[in-house]
Amino acid sequence: MRIVEKRQLLSAEELGRTLQRMAHEIAEKTGGAKDLALIGVRRRGVPLSQRLAKAIRSFAHVDVPVGTLDITLYRDDLSTVGAQPVVQSTDIEFAVDNRDLVIVDDVLYTGRTIRAAMNGLFDLGRPRRVRLCVLIDRGHRELPIEASFIGRTVQTSDTEIVEVRLQEIDGEERVMLVDRVADSAGAGSGGKI
Amino acid sequence: MLQRLPHLLGIESLNREQIEFFLDQAKPFQEFQRHPLKKLATLRGKTVAIAFFESSTRTRISFTTAASRLGADTMALQAEASSLKKGESLIDTVRTLDAMKPDAIVMRHSSSGAPHFVADRLEIPVLNAGDGTHEHPTQALLDALTIRDRKGTLEGLNVTILGDILHSRVARSNIHLLTKFDAHITLCGPPMWMPPEVEGLAPCLRRVLRIEEAIEGADVVMALRVQTERLHEPALPPDEYIAGYQLTPDRLRLARPDALVLHPGPMNRGLEIDSAVADGPQSCVLEQVTNGLAVRMALLYHLVGGPPADAPHPAKD
Repeated sequence: MRIVEKRQLLSAEELGRTLQRMAHEIAEKTGGAKDLALIGVRRRGVPLSQRLAKAIRSFAHVDVPVGTLDITLYRDDLSTVGAQPVVQSTDIEFAVDNRDLVIVDDVLYTGRTIRAAMNGLFDLGRPRRVRLCVLIDRGHRELPIEASFIGRTVQTSDTEIVEVRLQEIDGEERVMLVDRVADSAGAGSGGKI
Repeated sequence: MLQRLPHLLGIESLNREQIEFFLDQAKPFQEFQRHPLKKLATLRGKTVAIAFFESSTRTRISFTTAASRLGADTMALQAEASSLKKGESLIDTVRTLDAMKPDAIVMRHSSSGAPHFVADRLEIPVLNAGDGTHEHPTQALLDALTIRDRKGTLEGLNVTILGDILHSRVARSNIHLLTKFDAHITLCGPPMWMPPEVEGLAPCLRRVLRIEEAIEGADVVMALRVQTERLHEPALPPDEYIAGYQLTPDRLRLARPDALVLHPGPMNRGLEIDSAVADGPQSCVLEQVTNGLAVRMALLYHLVGGPPADAPHPAKD
């Protein structure tokens, strides 16, 4: 299996503008970000949530608390073969009770990650409302989960992968659509699995 | 990412990287202990057999709670109430438990090597919760976690272990672990409770006769429990032990001012440790208990919790 880049979905500039727009939408839909808190899902939801909070602070002058959620322990695909995912810390320093929470992740796909994230959040308390913000919605849901704030909706096939590359993690800034292509010389699946 | 271990039988066979991995994996579980809702579904549907062929309260409760907080069910075997009393052999008892299809077995036994014996004969992971005078790996890991949290590192620390080294699996596992981090270990205790091969146990290890000298400059002082039943064989009057080896506030002052006090519990207050030390600001005794839960959850997750299936979809990295 070989990974080929098919096209760029967002440039660095477009990504920046998209986040600005979503920050405004979130502030608008949460009454000026009054009881708002953002929850970034590891890994790429974390820098995204921090950027959104920074944007909201700059125009609404509200300090929005930001937490980090690790969903490993809440996954539903733990079986008995292969490598085991490493558990990382969940850092949510504020009480989630009665908060207006927005979960932030890079790509919405099957919805299973978000299902796990909600389970994790409800173990911490009882938020008043939980909404979802994603940079890319690529379809193929396996659960009845939809996002309230979407950066861009993209039609994809099953073999394609949406790669969100962020400065903080990947050292570059853009969103790519890549595809897995059968290749006789290929060793293993490679890429982001 | 670490290659999954089939069992956890002791510290001696682990390398530094594996130990650090488990200490790191315990961190999220430490934080989990502060959650209002302490119940995960991660190991839902899994069963952990808790087979204690030797009496224990705290380790058994810790493992049971760790399994339960991960969502697993437990089946408990206790020496007092079991067919061991009726003369059943170890392997028959264990095979009977195994026939009920647990996903792992946590085992304590008074014979050194018993968990290894069982691990060789069963397909499921075996977790050693203490075997004879051999090893108590989860205790050493929780001690290391406690020390690392407070000191930032294990590297090169001066650690003094006081008491009955000969019969102590806690001491043995701790010596194995700390040695891998180049800690300087000092042992001090009654001569008849000092293993004959003591200096050969580890390179950076020394034995000191006077407790004052042993504690001087220590970063960590670990008082071991006096197993009171051993005071008779050969006789050592408690007064003599107290005079020679009790960890008192005066003696603790010889250690570094920020030295930590550890005790694996249960404590004999007034015997191996003075109450003022046990309850003092340097004591980490209760922290050790909480960290024990975190370490055991991390280990159960590692040994019993599955990795992701070869999912057709990209999982979170």
